[in-house]
Amino acid sequence: MTTTTLAVLVPLLPFLGAAAGLLLGRRAPGFVRPLAVLPTLAAAVLAVLVAARQGGGDTIAAATRLTPTGSVPIDLALHIDGFAALVAVLVGVVASCVQIYSTGYLRDDPRYPSYAALVSLFTSAMLLVVYSGDLMVLLVGWEIMGICSYFLVGHYWETPEARAASLKAFLVTKLGDVPFLIGLFALAADTGTFRISGILGAVAGDGLDHPTLIALLLLAGVAGKSAQFPLHTWLPDAMAGPTPVSALIHAATMVAAGIYFVARLLPLFAASAAALTVLAVMAAVTMVGSALAALAQDDIKRVLAYSTIGQLGYMAGALAVGDRGAAVFHLLSHGAFKALLFLAAGVIIHAAGTNSLTAMSRMSGLTRRIPDAYWTMTVALLALAAIPPFAGFFSKEAVLVAAEHTALGDRTVAPAGAGWTILVAGLLTALLTAAYATRLWLLAFRGRGSAAPDHGRQPLAMNTVLWLLAIPSLAFGLAVVRLDDWFDGHALTPTAVTAVLGTGIALVGGLVTYAVWRSLSVKAARLPAGPATPETVAHPDAEPALVEAEALQLPHPASGPTDPGRPLLGPLHRHAADGFHLDAVYTALFVRPVLAAASLVRFLDREVVDTYVSGAGTGTNWLGRAVRRAQTGNVQTYLSALLAGSVVLAIAAVLVAAGA
Amino acid sequence: MHLAYPAVLAALLFCVGLYGVLARRNAILVLMSVELMLNAVNLNLVAFDVWLRDTLHTGQALTLFTIAIAAAEIGIGLAIVLMVYRNGGTSDIDKLRDTTEVPGADDPTEPAGPDTAAGEKAEATA
Repeated sequence: MTTTTLAVLVPLLPFLGAAAGLLLGRRAPGFVRPLAVLPTLAAAVLAVLVAARQGGGDTIAAATRLTPTGSVPIDLALHIDGFAALVAVLVGVVASCVQIYSTGYLRDDPRYPSYAALVSLFTSAMLLVVYSGDLMVLLVGWEIMGICSYFLVGHYWETPEARAASLKAFLVTKLGDVPFLIGLFALAADTGTFRISGILGAVAGDGLDHPTLIALLLLAGVAGKSAQFPLHTWLPDAMAGPTPVSALIHAATMVAAGIYFVARLLPLFAASAAALTVLAVMAAVTMVGSALAALAQDDIKRVLAYSTIGQLGYMAGALAVGDRGAAVFHLLSHGAFKALLFLAAGVIIHAAGTNSLTAMSRMSGLTRRIPDAYWTMTVALLALAAIPPFAGFFSKEAVLVAAEHTALGDRTVAPAGAGWTILVAGLLTALLTAAYATRLWLLAFRGRGSAAPDHGRQPLAMNTVLWLLAIPSLAFGLAVVRLDDWFDGHALTPTAVTAVLGTGIALVGGLVTYAVWRSLSVKAARLPAGPATPETVAHPDAEPALVEAEALQLPHPASGPTDPGRPLLGPLHRHAADGFHLDAVYTALFVRPVLAAASLVRFLDREVVDTYVSGAGTGTNWLGRAVRRAQTGNVQTYLSALLAGSVVLAIAAVLVAAGA
Repeated sequence: MHLAYPAVLAALLFCVGLYGVLARRNAILVLMSVELMLNAVNLNLVAFDVWLRDTLHTGQALTLFTIAIAAAEIGIGLAIVLMVYRNGGTSDIDKLRDTTEVPGADDPTEPAGPDTAAGEKAEATA
């Protein structure tokens, strides 16, 4: 088969799997699992094949005209360069892992067939985004992901949190998608094509008429999808979905799409220094804010969600300094270790019966119950904290190196101010990232108190996947020496200054957190033991997904005495735990006006429009009653009226005739 | 003979018939009044036929039709009046009000509309 055929099959297979799964899910339950896992797995293998054939060399491009629209045509086009090939491999691998993990995680879930089909559709949409060479077709995948995330986040739709979170995810990303669509049209109007190659050619050639406007409009959509400030609020709430869905959304699909989109069209954004500066500020605010918020969260998945926002901030920062190689490198390594973090968190939540870190810190022996999750989670957290030689170290260094070069004027793609912003924010975030990674690890695995409930080993499918993902989390960074061939050709290797600075800062963050935790637990050990945990722990023997659904609804215990986040953040803690009250701002800015407008419309409908409608009925009724009075039953009365009418008509006819 | 005489006579006959139809109470007398009206028309037809010297005498032919129809009408009419009298014990038209819409049957507090007043006025003029 030609490479083009293989590449077409990559998004097509999961799509067919999703269609078959939705059609056959009820009738043939035996086929559901193979239909979920095999197409995704095959797509992953094919993506690897495509990547091997592409080999970082020339772009594979193929196109067929989809619709002649009269003005700007829409093509079904492939545009596979090194970025697309590698991101597709990541998407395929993570999606396969998630599908395999889900067979264990949701094994007794009554809605598993539709869930698996939606995950496949989600994967297929992301692969379409990755491979598509036409922005309109890319937009199709982009929007399918939006609707799939709505369905998947709302998987436990019995709970009000899940319903609210899925609506929020959909609406907030749509808030960005509307300017995004306008930006695409403006771009097509400027360049006369939706093809990426054509747009890049136009940017390199004559340039655009309104590069800043287009770039800013597109950035709005990117901020929505990639959860950048100020449109990031949907991501922490999206934790109401099942854990594998979080892994899929956070690692490989959805949030990666925004970063990937900017990476694809980077020359377009680089044409506008203003857009790059905006992106840099956005990324810096996102990074620092989310890291602070992550340090104050109690829900283990919310910690990870905020860490995703922060890591996406790193990628956006790399793009803001014009180094898409570093951005996509971080996207790849982050995809691996974040998927691992979420899947391991799913195991932990199942084993502990709670998603509250405080509740976990009052449990001992969790490490003995789930050794696989313990070790792999440790690896992933080290990668997240960017400790060498884990994957996160190399990719984060690539970002910092790019920022440093821009700041010092060695790279001139982006303004130096953007470089300084990213560098300072990146180093600060590195400190905070190490702090919250350490805090999560200490609270989850070094708890003291009653022993964790025992309910046997975790399903094999889940543990295998964890170890599978631990390999890239551990070793993917070593690919850095070969990786620059696939990207723009900039070296991605760490330099001594940033490496020492970044690692040192990360170590400081981790050690300070450890020291605070240590002194707190010594103090806490002297105090009498706190209340036992059972009231905050879900029923332990059910299947994992049920435990999680139950845990979502449990009240979180008040912050434990050993939580190092509280003393570290000081007075900021209250605000950080609430996500810096951004939800309240949104409530005041959008929710309340919309609700007020809705009640106004309701009033107009009920009180004004309905009055006319019911008035038409009442008026006719009254008229009918009045006319009925004439119905006396006396024939002579009728005849008299008839005569009178005839006389009037006759006189009128005569008058008209005479007048004429 | 001038046309005015039979025309005036026919008009008088018609008005008498009309008055009878609208004002008499006995159904049989109403039917007789209808006959008067018909015959006024017949008189007109014959008079104009003569006055216009119609060679085909369509007026006279039409008169024969009218007489035949009047005979049939009075036959059926009398039969109906007979049946009504046997059923209700009266042939007084004012008392034959089976099709009356009972005023305010569903809403007795209904204020009278303008149409009602017009209807009553028509009744009064009759």
